[in-house]
Amino acid sequence: MTTARPRYAEEASYKIHGGCGLMGICDESGKLMSGEDAILAMAVQHDRGNGLGGGFAGYGIYPEFPDHFAFHMMYHDIQAKEEAEALFDQYFLVDLAEPMPTRPVKGIADAPLLWRYFLNPYPNKLEESELSAEDYVVKAVMQINSSVDGAFVASSGKNMGVFKGVGYPEEIGHYFRLEEYEGHTWTGHNRFPTNTPGWWGGAHPFALLDWTIVHNGEISSYGINSRYLEQFGYKCTLGTDTEVAAYLFDLMLRRHKLPMELACKALASPLWDEIDRMPEAEQAVMRSLRAVYGPGMLNGPFAIVLGFNGGMVALNDRIKLRPLVAARKGSILMVASEESAIRAVIAEPDAIWMPKAGEPTIARVQGMEWPIHGDLHLSPSDISCAVTGTEVSCDTVEVNA
Amino acid sequence: MPVSFIQPEFKVKIDYDKCHKCGRCVQQCGWGVYNFNERPIPDDAKCRACHRCVTYCPAHCISIEKNQLAYRDNDNWSPAARKAVWRQAETGGVLLTSMGNPLPYTRIFDHLVLDACQVTNPSIDPLREPMELRTFIGHKPDSVGVESDGEGGFRLAEGEGMKNNLKLDTPILFSPMSYGSVSLNVHKSLAMAAQRLGTFMNTGEGGLHADLYPYQDNVIVQVASGRFGVNPDYLNRGAAIEIKIGQGAKPGIGGHLPGEKINKEVSGTRMIPQGTDAISPAPHHDIYSIEDLRQLIYALKEASGYKPVGVKIAAVHNVAAIASGIVRAGADYVYLDGFKGGTGAAPQVIRDHIGIPIEIAIAAVDQRLRDEGIRNWASVIAAGSIRSSADVAKAIALGADAVAIGSASLMALGCHLCQSCHTGSCSWGITTQKPELTRRIDPEWGAEQLTNLVHAWSHELQEILGALGVNAVESLRGSRERLRSIGLDEQMNKVLGVKPAGM
Repeated sequence: MTTARPRYAEEASYKIHGGCGLMGICDESGKLMSGEDAILAMAVQHDRGNGLGGGFAGYGIYPEFPDHFAFHMMYHDIQAKEEAEALFDQYFLVDLAEPMPTRPVKGIADAPLLWRYFLNPYPNKLEESELSAEDYVVKAVMQINSSVDGAFVASSGKNMGVFKGVGYPEEIGHYFRLEEYEGHTWTGHNRFPTNTPGWWGGAHPFALLDWTIVHNGEISSYGINSRYLEQFGYKCTLGTDTEVAAYLFDLMLRRHKLPMELACKALASPLWDEIDRMPEAEQAVMRSLRAVYGPGMLNGPFAIVLGFNGGMVALNDRIKLRPLVAARKGSILMVASEESAIRAVIAEPDAIWMPKAGEPTIARVQGMEWPIHGDLHLSPSDISCAVTGTEVSCDTVEVNA
Repeated sequence: MPVSFIQPEFKVKIDYDKCHKCGRCVQQCGWGVYNFNERPIPDDAKCRACHRCVTYCPAHCISIEKNQLAYRDNDNWSPAARKAVWRQAETGGVLLTSMGNPLPYTRIFDHLVLDACQVTNPSIDPLREPMELRTFIGHKPDSVGVESDGEGGFRLAEGEGMKNNLKLDTPILFSPMSYGSVSLNVHKSLAMAAQRLGTFMNTGEGGLHADLYPYQDNVIVQVASGRFGVNPDYLNRGAAIEIKIGQGAKPGIGGHLPGEKINKEVSGTRMIPQGTDAISPAPHHDIYSIEDLRQLIYALKEASGYKPVGVKIAAVHNVAAIASGIVRAGADYVYLDGFKGGTGAAPQVIRDHIGIPIEIAIAAVDQRLRDEGIRNWASVIAAGSIRSSADVAKAIALGADAVAIGSASLMALGCHLCQSCHTGSCSWGITTQKPELTRRIDPEWGAEQLTNLVHAWSHELQEILGALGVNAVESLRGSRERLRSIGLDEQMNKVLGVKPAGM
């Protein structure tokens, strides 16, 4: 008798509630720092989670493979690994496949098989597919997540990786030996889900290519946000607010080509009173943004850190119902749910402040490209499918508005 | 020959011990119930239970009771059904009535409950925090194109952004009610209130009287099948133009304002001769299909410098497909009128048996427009018995952008729902043109009553939003996740897109 292997992503029939803690740190000069700082920042925020999920994303961590797509994989068993690897062989030239380096840590149990792969699309197959490399990779991610039971792609970007699982973040960080990595940008997350059994794939950060999101909050407007996204073909299958935030960023930044600053203003809109006091040209932009993207406005308490190869963006809800503190020391910008986390890492910051409600805090790594999506042309349903790994989301037909 | 089979519905009781014999009831009653012979003598048969006399009796000595005649029990033949047969046998006519459908259909709003925040997300206190109700009605693009302004900021790119929308300070408008069916003082009250509230009144199909010109920026002008009062000046005065196809109380049929209501002022406003009947045909004679509607929409836009043009329809079985067609025809909003919506006159059989509930219409239309990816192209205004701020919140959560209130607004002016508007003798001075009755409404007082009502509902809506943990109405709009149903069957839940309580 074999037990059925789980789908790593299951459609949630209910909305998942929860609270959390988070951090993000970025050296805008591009200088690398060890993952130890990220672990430390999350360790002091231990009590913001309940041990059901912790995770990190690191950028610039694979200098030896800067131009390879790095796949961080979770497998339920060896068969899932074999099936996924068969798919890799079909699509990609794998230059290195190895188990993720881990160490035994008290509190971490029931880990899936964790492997990583550095790979690139077969040039001839890529050409045949007439897709960009990014699209090609996302299609493969989708296929693995939806058709290989027991396999889950935790991250798939270049020169970055997501390390996450069930446990407290500092345990997860030590388990993955993050102190041995060096990156210019790190984000971290501590999860406090209230009604879902922890599963490794469900911890934050959520990732697609090099794009990751950590999120502390409860989106009270989830109902309309998800219905709004469904109009464009996205499918909110996980029932998590994070998913909704991720798709909204995809819609606004990639599909509608809004600048990051304005996308943030649409997600956490200024009050009408404030808009009415703006200069006329700015008012016209904001009035349109709010009226057009009103159904996408994230209402309710949240703090989000969006990480990508060019830096990070931290954003708070429109009346600052969840904590977010920011600090700068030289070229380093750091954000966290608690000031204690910042002071643990940066003893004497040049400046420390509470970002205003709805004001994005943006860090850009010098010399790195800003467009965060690369050459991606996929439909929203493909994106949903790739992020959540559920087949349901792949069935939808995109509606072209 | 027997006298009428139909006995009076009400009994007027006067406590003559307390009666001052002042005769005020005689003077107040528009129906001629009272004769005065040393003391008021009521004729029960004429009473409509409108309570005008009760309200104005200084001695509080009048009470109106139901005429509790016993009928032989028969669930199938209710007393009302028997009376209808008797009345039609006597008259040979279509039974006329007014206001909304009174039959005991399931009131879906009363089977829906709203959510509130507890622990995992905070509720918001509207007394301390901003709570935004501002709503824009009209076409919105799918996305906003911007370009750099060269100074580190952004501006709208050429031709981008939202255009020509109606700005509402609260998502509540006044329903269309024509001058003619209601008095000029009612129209003035509505217009003044709309201006003070930052919302809109709607002329209905009776034209715009010159006295309302100062309020024209808060007036939606209607173009209906009779085209009464429609001219280029009228179209250009309104903030928006509404094509009326149908009305919830009488889907599929036209209207008839009897000649006795067409006095000099009404005649001038409607552009028809004094004393002639004003007959609105059932269809627009230039709209026999959706492509004709498109032509009219664009003709009106051309004539008005591209003001928003909305289309009002009655909620009928196929409302979702019809609304989709209307949006694709270029309408800036679709006004849905449910089958409980009021009217100044309608055949009872039509009012009581045609159309569908507004709750279902909102749900079906909102979902269809989303399925087609065109929800942003037009707003949805819902009407047809919005009775309270709870109904407003539920309608918005189901997917309406705003609601319109007709019956409730008339009730703010004294209407007691006696369902007799078609008689033209409204004792409250609302649905009448008799000068001795219309002067009972002072527009200044009327505007205050209406402003109070909408303010009260708006405050309550803010309380509801706060409990839901959102601080802007757009975060409730279409958020059916915040609704649960109680006592509706599975099929209905599916139609409404809501889960039952407990899920």
